[in-house]
Amino acid sequence: MPGDDGYQHDLLVIGGGGAGLRAAIAAAEESNRLSIAVLSKVYPMRSHTVSAEGGTAAVMRENDSLDTHAKDTIFGSDFLADQDVVEVFVKEAPGEVIRLEHWGCPWSRDPDGRVSVRPFGGMTVNRTLYAADKTGFHMLHALFQTSLKYERITRYDEWFATSLLLEDGKVCGVTALMEFVQYHPTGLPGTGILITEAARGEGGHLKNKDGYRYLQDYGLGPPTDTPVHRKMELGPRDILSRCHIQEHQKGRTFDGPDGHYVHLDLRHLGEKLIDKNLPFVRELARNYVGIDPVHEPIPVRPVVHYMMGGISTDITGKTSLDGLYAAGEAACVSINGANRLGSNSLTELLVFGARAGRAAARHAQERPTLRSNPLAQLASDERRRLDQRFLRADGREKIADIREEMQKAMESGCGIYRDRATMEGTCQTLRKLRERFAHISLADKDAIFNTELIAALELECTLDVAETVARSALAREESRGSHTRTDFPKRDDARFLKHSLAYRTPDGPRIEYLPATITRWPPEERKY
Amino acid sequence: MTEETMTLEVTRYRPGHDREPRTESFTVPYRKDWVVLDALNHIKDRIDGTLSYRWSCRMGVCGSCGMMVNGVPKLTCAAFLRDYRPGPIRVGPLANFPVIRDLVIALDDFMEKLRRVKPWIIRAVEKPVADGEYLQTPAQLDAYKQFSMCINCMLCYAACPVYGLEPAFVGPAAIALAYRYNLDSRDEGYRLREPVLAIALAYRYNLDSRDEGYRLREPVLSEAVGVWECTFVGECSVVCPKGVDPAAAIQRSKLAGATDWLLSMIMPWGGRR
Repeated sequence: MPGDDGYQHDLLVIGGGGAGLRAAIAAAEESNRLSIAVLSKVYPMRSHTVSAEGGTAAVMRENDSLDTHAKDTIFGSDFLADQDVVEVFVKEAPGEVIRLEHWGCPWSRDPDGRVSVRPFGGMTVNRTLYAADKTGFHMLHALFQTSLKYERITRYDEWFATSLLLEDGKVCGVTALMEFVQYHPTGLPGTGILITEAARGEGGHLKNKDGYRYLQDYGLGPPTDTPVHRKMELGPRDILSRCHIQEHQKGRTFDGPDGHYVHLDLRHLGEKLIDKNLPFVRELARNYVGIDPVHEPIPVRPVVHYMMGGISTDITGKTSLDGLYAAGEAACVSINGANRLGSNSLTELLVFGARAGRAAARHAQERPTLRSNPLAQLASDERRRLDQRFLRADGREKIADIREEMQKAMESGCGIYRDRATMEGTCQTLRKLRERFAHISLADKDAIFNTELIAALELECTLDVAETVARSALAREESRGSHTRTDFPKRDDARFLKHSLAYRTPDGPRIEYLPATITRWPPEERKY
Repeated sequence: MTEETMTLEVTRYRPGHDREPRTESFTVPYRKDWVVLDALNHIKDRIDGTLSYRWSCRMGVCGSCGMMVNGVPKLTCAAFLRDYRPGPIRVGPLANFPVIRDLVIALDDFMEKLRRVKPWIIRAVEKPVADGEYLQTPAQLDAYKQFSMCINCMLCYAACPVYGLEPAFVGPAAIALAYRYNLDSRDEGYRLREPVLAIALAYRYNLDSRDEGYRLREPVLSEAVGVWECTFVGECSVVCPKGVDPAAAIQRSKLAGATDWLLSMIMPWGGRR
């Protein structure tokens, strides 16, 4: 916490992941007069961008076009992406990945020295740049190390933002599209550790317990020896996750201590290719399941992966709160709609991180200095709130209990398949958990490195997010992208070619709708 | 059947409460797929919410959860309970660092040193984005790739006997990262990194018979303790969880520095690469 006087900067970036660091650098380059700060709850190079594996999509080759990338993205989104935003996204993507190349990102290369591109799910052309299978790690470190060059960027490492202080905050924040939660079809059972889609891009096969490539039974065939774009294992994530559940219902998956799973078979790729392009997959499989993918198939199952929704922003990253911008997975701009294509998210954090950074820098230059007196009062109120709420409170509820029950409720009611009854149950459970959270008890009352307090603050936010997911999902009476309802199995463009917007109220989120922007690609049946 | 358990002997330290670190024992369920970090999370969730430590990705790539496990620097997300049976397992904060609380060490010194080696691409003239990427062959990529795999987990500093004795030593990870950029075909910043890395230039003039500036350079030298401090024990490379070889980076930087130094001795006032 700051001293009574606090610290002053022209622009504060909250979060030191890929989007935050890209925004900070963009702001520093936009103006050489601004004082910029990056506040991050972990050291920036620990941020979750580090875990992204497979790659970053951008049009880099003569056989590709911006329109093809746009169409693949819109098709993948089940037509809920804003098409004007997607057009900007694909147009600015190549420049952003080249800029990162200039900043030292060790992209994998072709023999002629150009950056390599690989196939990825739902894409019609090879357009995913990669750094073996640690793309997010290398991008994050390149961004972080490059950010060290700018002396005007001050860092607050391991600081946690608890509240936004609004001088005259009448407007309420809005999140969009929260019901769309992506399951990645290939995570390790138990730990949920991701086995990248690149394993399938390189030619890996998904097989059921009979060794059969079951995706051919779900309209994704025919099976071929070498990967074909958008077919079989290169289908989009929402469809592959549903296929897994259906295969399980037919009794054709394996059963293990951590639930049902299928096999991801890489053996036919050979040790040389695996070590060159998928070394991290081999390392993870060996360490966490004791399997060497050169010799044995890897057990995999769908795992919760990515939020398509987030803080609603316009095409510049601006939110409904004056002076607040958002980008990356926290934001919904929206290019992902109802289902994100793999390798678009790393590109998104570059393109829209840079846009938000530039827009915020322009805003900071134009805006007169804030009056500090009311802010100091608000800051001291917030400090008192945290103290009374958590450090002096004496309740009975434990963080871990509420967190586990929340996770169970979300998995049972808002999983890959959903219906009204289970979602209503989840909404009720979440309300009760919120009441119980009011009686939370912390063992740790220390002011120094209190990770239990951070866990409580995170849980409070996660309960908010969970409720917006469940309420938005309950209100969307159709199936689209990652949101699949057994009681409304069809897409309903007449009623729901719209973004759900969630507004906070004391009784839980209020849901409103905003039409998706269609420019050149009218909705059609989404078939691969 | 009673549940199988394991004991963890964990170092505790609360500033303002404990004068010195102490050890506390916790008994946790034994699961064969649990790592030490899972056991710590179990303690925090179910036994003692005040236990403090860092963790994030839980898959060996973020570098947060390095600790001493039975006296050896380890990522606790990759240290399996089954490899330490029957226990007990001793878990402590990384050696050679100031402790903030319990298992949490202070990284400020490394963060400052990292910036000092200029770990970014330096060019005399930057290429416009519109002109496309720099071409870099797979062989040119391989030249520096392993040094780019560093996750900044600090295990090498905890293992480094020189850093333990001489905190001014830039240290294995920062040197490996400086070397990573020096070896990158896109980079032209070799000379700018050299003062920190090799300080060969200062030595070169100090050793020059015509020079009388030894004392003027002394503050710079004592501050910029670089690769010359390393006694090449090689422990840094042994403990690295990502197969980076900082010892090789240090040794090869030494050779490069020495070569420059020799060159400059042969050709005084010039001849540096």
